[in-house]
Amino acid sequence: MRKLIFGLFIAFLPVLGLAAVGLPLDPIKTDHTDKVSLQRGAALFTNYCMGCHSMEYARYKRVADDLEIPVELYEENLIFTGAKIGELMKNAMDKDTAAGWFGAPPPDLTLETRLRGESWVYSYLRGFYKDETRPLGVNNVVFPAVGMPHVLVDLQGLCAVEPNIGKKASVEPLSGNVNNAGVCPDYAIEGSMSGAEFDRAMYDLTNFMSYMADPIKVERERLGIFVLIFVAIFFVFAYLLNREYWKDVH
Amino acid sequence: MQKLLNWVDERLPVVDAWNKHLAKYYAPKNFNVWYFFGSLAMLVLVNQLVTGIWLTMSYNPTGEGAFASVEYIMRDVQWGWLLRYLHSTGASAFFIVVYLHMFRGLMYGSYQKPRELIWLFGMLIYLVLMAEAFMGYLLPWGQMSYWGAQVIVNLFGAIPVIGEDLSLWIRGDYLISGITLNRFFALHVVALPIVLLGLVVLHILALHEVGSNNPDGIEIKKNKDENGIPKDGIPFHPYYSVHDLVGVAVFFFIFFVVVFFFPEMGGLFIEKPNFEPANALKTPAHIAPVWYFTPFYAMLRAVTVDLFGLPAKFWGVVVMGGAIAILFVLPWLDRSPVKSIRYKGWLSRIALALFAVSFVVLGYLGLVPATEGRTMVAQILTVVYFLYFILMPFYTRMEKTKPVPERVTG
Repeated sequence: MRKLIFGLFIAFLPVLGLAAVGLPLDPIKTDHTDKVSLQRGAALFTNYCMGCHSMEYARYKRVADDLEIPVELYEENLIFTGAKIGELMKNAMDKDTAAGWFGAPPPDLTLETRLRGESWVYSYLRGFYKDETRPLGVNNVVFPAVGMPHVLVDLQGLCAVEPNIGKKASVEPLSGNVNNAGVCPDYAIEGSMSGAEFDRAMYDLTNFMSYMADPIKVERERLGIFVLIFVAIFFVFAYLLNREYWKDVH
Repeated sequence: MQKLLNWVDERLPVVDAWNKHLAKYYAPKNFNVWYFFGSLAMLVLVNQLVTGIWLTMSYNPTGEGAFASVEYIMRDVQWGWLLRYLHSTGASAFFIVVYLHMFRGLMYGSYQKPRELIWLFGMLIYLVLMAEAFMGYLLPWGQMSYWGAQVIVNLFGAIPVIGEDLSLWIRGDYLISGITLNRFFALHVVALPIVLLGLVVLHILALHEVGSNNPDGIEIKKNKDENGIPKDGIPFHPYYSVHDLVGVAVFFFIFFVVVFFFPEMGGLFIEKPNFEPANALKTPAHIAPVWYFTPFYAMLRAVTVDLFGLPAKFWGVVVMGGAIAILFVLPWLDRSPVKSIRYKGWLSRIALALFAVSFVVLGYLGLVPATEGRTMVAQILTVVYFLYFILMPFYTRMEKTKPVPERVTG
């Protein structure tokens, strides 16, 4: 019966997913055991995001330890504020000033992937395009009328049209033209990375943010296996004990 | 050791209590799988108390510090993440086992004479549990904590004349604030757990006075042997203590799958907007209570017409309150000469099935945003829910019941 109930909950999940998500997104699967990807993500986040966005619930030391980055190297290359390694990852930007610049202060991003979902973050990061009607000259297909500038324009370049997010690439059978091949079919400004390189970089960045939102995940799931094995063995003994006691009850 | 026991026993009836409640408490031998959920509810209660105490050691009950302190528990406190997930998953598990425990009571007529008080204490436990869960949900101080509490406390505002003042009194402020958080914290960790424990003791004392019901709905005390022991009874300990151990193992397996692999349960056990700190100036796009409240939330939203000059919201609150209140009088609505669904007629079976379906589907409807079609379904199911109770005195008397056997059927 409990299994039935459990099954019912699982059955509800896709319905909930549909109810919550309106926009098509590019789905990704993060991997917190890929330390190299996480390290690249940490470098990207520190260099491009942390000027405005804090991760104020996490500590530098934990990131350094989990990502196997030596403390000295971390302090030298990934802390710009003079903070000590054991401190929380607050950033230097003043919230009130930032609100004046962007309309709203840039949100803390420690839990962003658990709030909006990994696929949302991955799609959002690749969703900027040129839009002269907006104050900063850019807009985002995943977050229309966004107040954030396209910080990664040096890497990605600036897409002249709405990028293909949540659309599968397809080949027209008659003409042989490929539709929705890359994220951006036409650039207004060229960036230093190719489309595929940028996708990879954004995967690393999202992977890092996902790790930051749930840093215990790998350890939790590793322990969970042992706990379940223990409970399964306990079940066998409980079952046999119960059978022994009840064999004379009719 | 024996001397020590004698010394204590002369001053405190420990042996007597052990015998009365465990070693010589004769329970029917034909319990089925539905009879695991009472002891499982106790297990979850202990889990909530123990993990709750440890969470309190690191939690900061202020509007400024609550959200950050939860993340501090998740990241910096040794095993804090485990304590928190055990507590958050335990809250949902509590309602799962309690709902199944209550459904067992409905199926086998466990509320019928002479067990009316057991049912009433059980219903009070359910009521306090809902208050406990509601107040506990505010403590992480996320967006859903905040706006969920806002919506529910505002419901009191729908009561004519005193409503606005009443909700102001509950909040202690003009909107949900750190003041509300502080008082909810006090109630959640001190006041309500004490009441809950007291009610659990009463629930069990009343049960052990009249004895357990069983799937056949037979009073085993009517059939005793020469020693005055029910022929169909067996001592709770060791028979049911080892039996429940098997149930505990199965329960823990499922429980730990959630704790270690799906702690958010896809947004059902921990809702996504709660990963953003409470913000009084920003309303989330879709506010839904946690799943265990959604059947009643769906009923609240199902009422859409103003009546007698009072707004629909007021009548929604009346319907929601009535849905819980009507459960209290259940022992006096059932007029059937038999207890168990096994020997009741088809009308009772169909009624119970419809009731169960309406409750589950209403639970789903309360989770998703309302549309015109969904509201209509919710309205029909709300009527079905109430008809189960209102028509019970009639269909339980009208229908033809099956003969109840003398002895339990295994």
